[in-house]
Parts: sequence; structure tokens; C-alpha cells
Amino acid sequence: MKANTENRSVSETSTRQITFAQAINEALAEEMRRDPTVFIIGEDVAEAGTPFKVLSGLVKEFGTKRVIDSPISEAGIAGIGVGAAMTGMRPVVDIMFGDFLTLTMDQLVNQAAKIHYMSGGKLKVPLVLRTTLGATRRSAAQHSQSLHAWVSHIPGLKVVVPATPYDAKGLLKSAIRDDNPVVFFEDKMMYQLKGPVPQEEYTIPLGVADIKRVGTDVTLVATSSMVQVALDAADRLDEAGVSAEVVDVRTTVPLDKEALIGSVKKTSRAIVIDEGYESYGVTAEIASIIADGAFYYLDAPVKRMGAMDVPVPFSPVLEDQTVPTPDAVAAVAKTLCNKI
Amino acid sequence: MSRPKQPKTQPVSVEKFDERWLHFYRQMVKIRLFEEEVNQLYLGAKMPGLAHLYIGEEAVAVGVCEALRRTDYITSTHRGHGHCIAKGATLDKMFAELLGKEAGYCRGKGGSMHIADQESGNLGANAIVGGSAGIATGAALSIQMRGTDQVVVCFFGDGALGQGLLYESMNMAALWKLPVIYVCENNQYNEYTHYSETTAGPLTARAEAFGIQTESIDGQDVRIVHKAAVKSVEKARVGGGPSFILCNTYRFHGHHVGDIDRAYYRPKREEEEWKSRRDPIQILGHWLIKNKLADASSLSQIKSEIATDIKRALDAALQAPYPETDEVTQHVYA
Repeated sequence: MKANTENRSVSETSTRQITFAQAINEALAEEMRRDPTVFIIGEDVAEAGTPFKVLSGLVKEFGTKRVIDSPISEAGIAGIGVGAAMTGMRPVVDIMFGDFLTLTMDQLVNQAAKIHYMSGGKLKVPLVLRTTLGATRRSAAQHSQSLHAWVSHIPGLKVVVPATPYDAKGLLKSAIRDDNPVVFFEDKMMYQLKGPVPQEEYTIPLGVADIKRVGTDVTLVATSSMVQVALDAADRLDEAGVSAEVVDVRTTVPLDKEALIGSVKKTSRAIVIDEGYESYGVTAEIASIIADGAFYYLDAPVKRMGAMDVPVPFSPVLEDQTVPTPDAVAAVAKTLCNKI
Repeated sequence: MSRPKQPKTQPVSVEKFDERWLHFYRQMVKIRLFEEEVNQLYLGAKMPGLAHLYIGEEAVAVGVCEALRRTDYITSTHRGHGHCIAKGATLDKMFAELLGKEAGYCRGKGGSMHIADQESGNLGANAIVGGSAGIATGAALSIQMRGTDQVVVCFFGDGALGQGLLYESMNMAALWKLPVIYVCENNQYNEYTHYSETTAGPLTARAEAFGIQTESIDGQDVRIVHKAAVKSVEKARVGGGPSFILCNTYRFHGHHVGDIDRAYYRPKREEEEWKSRRDPIQILGHWLIKNKLADASSLSQIKSEIATDIKRALDAALQAPYPETDEVTQHVYA
């Protein structure tokens, strides 16, 4: 698959600036209007519209039969989502914090991911499980993790990590239409981020990376929350005379390997930036793919930057150290490019 | 083998069902002989892996599934062959799946613990204890949302009473009046441990706490099981919400086919007593003879007919090819 840049060329007149949260809300509303089998189930999703207010207003249009407030039972609602998906519905299960994925793990890993395969292709699980990732909200160790690597490890699941309102909307619509279980991660710190989103309907296919900024000296491969960090780092690097290319993978599964390798073949250097834990994580997987695919083009080892391997601490002076920052990314990039 | 007509929405008096009890007998014998053959396949090293035999519990699967339509759903367990057969699975595809053959229900990719058959409403057996409680309840939510009059039966064992997912699911089923029947097969043992050592308080109190209609019944008498199932199914079909049926039963064999020396957790005397006095096939057989619906020779005729069917199905499965090796990467994604 080729990295896709052309889909951002939307006509000026039809494009508005909306937030990441509004983009998610619009995607859900449009899909629910289009397809009566789509419904939402989760904790405080109806009148409350979730604590992040991402779903505000949906219950007014679709009613409590399609925007279902559930008990605080993450395993239960994930399981109910799997069963409903197997029998003709397209549920969107809302798991408020990514940390609570731990409670859904059997339903995701042993049930949703395996049912199509175990049944020899007979049964399908068109389920979307929306959840969050991202630290620095001062929410401490059980509300701040980025656990997308966990589910990316499991064959049978697709994993989406959007970084802009435009991508969030187009990818969520594709996720809902997909016949597989999809785990969709939203950076909770990004909900208020604004960006251009066209009025007209569009979708973005899963498995196609996006070059967010073109450059020649170093490739910054980033996911979700770290795409903005990479773009900020690229600005700083520009001032230092380093031209950075920013590649947003958009989905960790399927992963657009060709786009990553293609970019690094051009720049000869790569840093992989992701907010999950650095050890045994997404950065390791992507770095390995680049090292394999672009080995003869590399001028430096592929660098990884993930979250520090500690439970996310509460105190701001501690928490802020745990996540890659634009300055830190720029510093590593300069070292790779012999600019220090 | 042709399936008899399923009961329609009106509950039918059990007494009017006399001729159908012969069919129930046949179904139970079919499960028994199938499982005995599976055991032989294991002992003869002809089957990869293990299997968890349903022998002794046949009255539960048959009594419940005979209260269902083909379009109704079930979810099953690691000890699930009986549920699959009772819901309408064919023996050749069952054997083929157990042998890892392409002709099996899951193209050999599921095996003994994962047989699923969409055609007969079987949403799949589950090797995670209690793992299908969410799926069954979600299927019931789907039914309610789609506005059909299907129902779901969630089969699970006494071991699943230790799993939280079951309680999360029952809570939602009761809250939203979902058409699901939770059928707990208490075969007395959570693997190698008697349930009394693992389960505090009365078993039925769990469902009662959610306001779910609950019944504790003799799971060895298929007529009793069927009567309870019909009542719960008809209630669910008309929007009356979930039920919980506790079927007291017994697993005649070990936890799995390899669990042969089991006196350390289960007295031989206890096993003998259940086998000689509480065998569901014998219980129905005696009733059929007593009520002049059959005699010893007609019952033995049924057994020999089914034995022939089993042999034919097994031969077909043994001769069927394995999947092509490139099948390994197929069906990871839809």
C-alpha cells in the first residue's frame, strides 16, 4: 500500500475547523444514520456523552436504544459487543480509559480476535472498541497508559491510532464498516485539537500511512499523540537546518510497511516515536521493520522513543518526563544527523 | 438424519409429546455413542489433542435444544459436543473437525473445543470457562434490537460460577429483559475439584440476586429438563426476559479423555452410583418401556441404527483430507 497524501486536498469551501472530539462524534452520527445496525454501548455514553463529552448529542438523535448506557462492566460490554457483532449488528463499544482494556482482554483477545479464524471463516465480528490513550493529564498510573501495543500483538484485531481530526473521522468510519474487530485509540489530550475536516463524506482506508510532512534528512515515524510531537520537533529541526519527514502510521494493524521503508530509503535515518512503553512495544516492531527493509540505505541505527518504563506518576514534574517531547525528539534527530 | 418439527411459539403440554420422547432418546444415544467413539479415537492415538466428553450429561443438551428452533442461538463450552449435536450438527463434520480435517465444521481450525455452526445457530463452543456469557447475552441484545423472536441459550458448567463475566452479563440481561436462558450444567466438578470447595452459598442465589427466574432441576431426566427449557424459552420469546436453569448432572468420564486415574478427587463408588442409577439414557428408556412407547428390542434397534450412522460418519471423516498447508494464514481477517 502506498502512503497517501492526496486525500487531504479537500476543497477550501467545504472545509471547516472542528475538534478531534467533534470529528469522532460526526463519524459516529453519520454511520448510525447510514446503517441501522450501528449502535453505541458503554458507561455514561448517553445523556452524559462520556466524561470527555465526545458523544454529546448523539442520544438526542438516536435515542437510548442505540446509545446504551451500560453498567460499569468492561468485560461484560466487550462480550456483549462480540455477541451482537456475530449476530448482525455493528456495535461500537466505548471503553472510557485505555487502562480499562485490561478488563476486556479475554473478550478481545480470546474471543473477538479468534472467532473468525476458529470458525474456519464462518463467523465474523464487526466490532469497534473505542478507547483512549495518552499521559500528561495528571490522571496517574491507572488512567494514563497507552496500551495499543497489547492489542497490536494479537492477530485478528485491527488497531487504529489517529492523530488529527481529519484522520480520526475517516478512519472511524472505515473501522465501523470493517468486518473485523477494530480497537480504536483516541488520544485524550487531543480531543480539543482543531483541524480541517471537509463537510462532504469521506473515509480513509485502514492500513495506509500518511506523510504529514515531507523532508529529506530524517524520518520521524509517529503514532497518535506523538504525531503532533514529531511535527513540532520537525519545526525545531528546520530551524537547525535538518529537514525531517513525518510519517504517521495511522494504523498499527494493518501496518503500511512500504510507506515506512520507502521514507527511510529516502532519508537514511529514522526515529520511531510512540507513547506506549518503549520496551517490547510498537517502537520496537516498527524499528525492526525499517532495519530489515531499509538496511542498505541506513546511515545510522534506527532510534526508538517511547514512554518511560515506569507506571505513569501523578506529580507533574515526574509525569512530564515520561513522554517523548518535541525537544527530546529534535535532540535525538540532530545527533543522528551529526548536527550537534 | 432428518430433524423433527420444532415446537412453535405456543408451549406444548409435555404429555402430548409421547412420540417425541423416542426422538429425544435417539438424540441422547447419538451423543453417547459419538462420545464413546471419540474416546476410542483418543485411546487409539488417532485424534490430535484432547476432548472433554459429555457422557452422562446428555439429557441437558437434548432437553434444552429440543425446546429451540434451528434459528435460535446457543453458545457452548469446552465440553460441547453434546450441545452441537443436539442443536443439529451432523456427525461427519463433527468427527472431521475433531480430526483436524478440512471437511470439519471449522475447516479443522477450531477442533474439539471450538465447534461453531452458523447454519444450526451454534455460535461456537468456548474453551474459556464462562467465556461465552458475554457473547450469548450480546446475541440476545442483537435479537432485541433486530426485533426477531429468537432466543439464546448460554450453556456453561459449575466452574463458570467462579467467573465475573457471567455476573456482569446476567445483570445486563435482567436489566434489559434480554431473551437469554442461562443453563448451568452442574456436573459437580470444576475440573478436578468438587464445586462445594469452590462455590460459596446456594448456586441459584446468584441468578436470583438479579431478579432472574431460576429453577434447580434434575438434569438426568430429559423430560424434566425439557419442561423447564420450554417454559424459559417461551418466556424469553415473548419478551419476558432471562431465566437461569440449574441442571444437576454428572460427568461419567474424567475432565478430559486423558483424566483416567481420578480416584484422588472423585470416589469410584460415586461414579458407579451415578452410572448405574442416574444414567439419563436408562432413565428415559425405562420410562419409554413403562409407558409402552418402546420395548427393550426397539431401544436396542435404535442404538444399532445410530452405531451404523456413527461408523459411516467416522469413516468419512477418517478418509477426508487435511487442509492445504497454506490454509494457515487464511481467515485471520474477514
